[in-house]
Amino acid sequence: MTDVNTLIGKPWRKPPFIKRRWLRWVLLIGAVAYLIAAYMTIDVNWARVYEGLERGKQFVLAFTSPDFSTRSSDIYEGMLESVIMTIAASVVGIVISIPIALGAARNIAPLPVYLICRSIIAISRALQEIIVAILLVAIFGFGPLAGFLTLSFATIGFLSKLLAEDIESMDKVQAEAIKASGAKWTQWINYGVQPQVMPRLIGLSIYRVDINFRESAILGLVGAGGIGATLNTAFDRYEYDTAAAILLIIIVIVMALEYISGVIRARVQ
Amino acid sequence: MLRLEKLVKTYKTGDQALKAVELEIPEGQVLALIGPSGAGKSTLIRCINRLVEPTSGKVYLGGVELTGLSSGNLRRERRRMGMIFQEYALVERLSVMENVLSGRLGYVGFWRSFLRRYPQSDIDEAFRLLDRVGLAHMADKRADELSGGQRQRVGICRALIQDPALLLVDEPTASLDPKTSRQIMRLICELCKERGLAAIINIHDVALAQMFVQRVIGLRFGAVEFDGPPEGLTPDVLTTIYGEEDWEATIEKVDEDDAEVAI
Amino acid sequence: MPVQDLKGRKVWQRRSGRESLGHWIMWLVGVAVFAYCWQQISASTTWFFVWDAPRIAEDIWTRATPPRWEYITQLGKPIWDTLNIATLGTFFALILAVPVAFLAASNTTPSKLFIRPFALLIIVSTRSINSLIWALLLIAIIGPGVFAGVIAIAIRSIGFCAKLLYEAIEEIDQTQVEAITATGASRWQVMAYGIVPQILPAFAGIAVFRWDINIRESTVLGLVGAGGIGLQLSSSLNVLAWPQVSLILLVILAAVVISEWVSAKVRGAII
Repeated sequence: MTDVNTLIGKPWRKPPFIKRRWLRWVLLIGAVAYLIAAYMTIDVNWARVYEGLERGKQFVLAFTSPDFSTRSSDIYEGMLESVIMTIAASVVGIVISIPIALGAARNIAPLPVYLICRSIIAISRALQEIIVAILLVAIFGFGPLAGFLTLSFATIGFLSKLLAEDIESMDKVQAEAIKASGAKWTQWINYGVQPQVMPRLIGLSIYRVDINFRESAILGLVGAGGIGATLNTAFDRYEYDTAAAILLIIIVIVMALEYISGVIRARVQ
Repeated sequence: MLRLEKLVKTYKTGDQALKAVELEIPEGQVLALIGPSGAGKSTLIRCINRLVEPTSGKVYLGGVELTGLSSGNLRRERRRMGMIFQEYALVERLSVMENVLSGRLGYVGFWRSFLRRYPQSDIDEAFRLLDRVGLAHMADKRADELSGGQRQRVGICRALIQDPALLLVDEPTASLDPKTSRQIMRLICELCKERGLAAIINIHDVALAQMFVQRVIGLRFGAVEFDGPPEGLTPDVLTTIYGEEDWEATIEKVDEDDAEVAI
Repeated sequence: MPVQDLKGRKVWQRRSGRESLGHWIMWLVGVAVFAYCWQQISASTTWFFVWDAPRIAEDIWTRATPPRWEYITQLGKPIWDTLNIATLGTFFALILAVPVAFLAASNTTPSKLFIRPFALLIIVSTRSINSLIWALLLIAIIGPGVFAGVIAIAIRSIGFCAKLLYEAIEEIDQTQVEAITATGASRWQVMAYGIVPQILPAFAGIAVFRWDINIRESTVLGLVGAGGIGLQLSSSLNVLAWPQVSLILLVILAAVVISEWVSAKVRGAII
């Protein structure tokens, strides 16, 4: 036991988060040096930024009077294409990701299958949508097909990974009980595994639909279909009121999707 | 010293937690508040330091009316009321010392507290208190590394370093084992005696209450049903407070326990 | 009503008649919607190109391999820019996200009626729009360059970080806050002692998580002119310099893998 009289009268300091003194200083100086170096290498053209403020103001004001009508047919077609790509890619992506998820769960799949499925997931996750879209546009030509394939591919990586993790952490006893009844492999999946992961599958799928829609809005920038092309044109021509209209539509749809997905997830869980 | 006048609390749901409670506590008296769950014990304590805003009625602390104080003045008065909580309510990710010193927050400015630059007298007092409860060697441990009993001791230090005139104690032993419960109750009562503090102790363990306090208040549906010395808790009284049950066993147990403690 | 009484015999069915009809209709509608979507996609596709795709893919592959390794000497600055866009973007986003999160959390907001909806609006609108679109917008406003990229990443991240942070604030243990309030602490002291220590781990986790995502996103911001390695990718694509493209893709892949590794390590150390 410490003798309290040795403590009285001595100053008390909070024990530092990082114990070693030199490390503390190295980290601090390193961080400051990095920030300075980073700031120095970004050459900001402040005159240009200052000029831009006026345009920024116009853009913000454009949100108060968005122009839905001038390019209504372009907006309508772009939006429809985005929605179509989202739906088709989500359906295909989900259907394909289920077997891959089963294959990527170590407690179900044999090792070779596991490794193959895991590497598919890794590739899909490492490549970003926009890069995949560029390559697919180069291969398949402009149009929504490239966008559709891109989103399906991205859905597989996202959904399979999370679903596989869910399968791996499922309750073993329930699955064993079904196996003990003499069920075949397919029956075992249907009765022992599926009921346990179904709520999560539904929740994740809806979440992914939401992501797919957001992503579909940018695929048009590289020619893979959807509203992005219209948006790009609007920015290029400084038609802020049209751009504001498109952004508002995107925001409203994303909000609606989030609301719906919240309701559905609450119901299935 | 503390006086409650017609204290009423009605929650938004329409539940009347307190029905015109009248209570007066003299200087230095330790009082136990018993009653079934939902009788309004917690609400009563929280209405005194206005963590829960009373609906109507008045609370006086040493002549100052607490109800109706502005938020700045209320903060000043809160310094005179130390509070001890059921689940300890320590800030788990801060060290023991920081938790104790947080009792001085009402006395130091924001930047001083933010930079942990407390006056030396506060730090000395914190060490003395920690030593008093036997935790001086734990000062730089994080609060979530401590056991339940140790955490509650830190909670007691935090309340006492405020230099309060009154302790508000909300179920101090509810999450502790029987032995630690008794130690904590004894510690609280001893410290109150040492410093001449008044205390209101919310407690659902009747036997434990009888063992340590000078006065018991029985609360039922937000109204005072019993007010008297612990010996006055007869089976009849307990039945009015808690409802029909065989109370002989409880009361008998107290005697046995006392005998045990005496040994 | 899964169990039906049919002439004295009990028949178990998984779903009652009406339920199974509903299920069939749902499936039918689903299939019809999908068929329509597919037909629309197919109508706007030049199928000749698609049938030709394997040959083109092979062609691109032969042109792109081997990558032009010596080009990497020219990628140093773009990689540095990319790192800066992600890091500074995350840094500014966090500075702005903290107050927004406190205004949006229902237990710390000063006004549930006026300020909270406003904070939630900021969160939703910055979150729903991709950083590429923000970059596009900022380039139109303040001109192309790394600065536009930093701001685009920062804006996009505000909503994301603020959302996760305000959820963490809403989940804190309220009794700890109560205990600090009971000592007579001021509003700011309650925040510094009662709330901040509780959300600090979540905050650090969010910061690293978002930084990882931002590294990914900043690699492609250059496609629209917002600086970083994407700029090189875009110009190589424009001149069909496939060996350079493949090298850049490899570099991006490496950056993504490294950042994910760093973020997983740091988060592991925090939790």
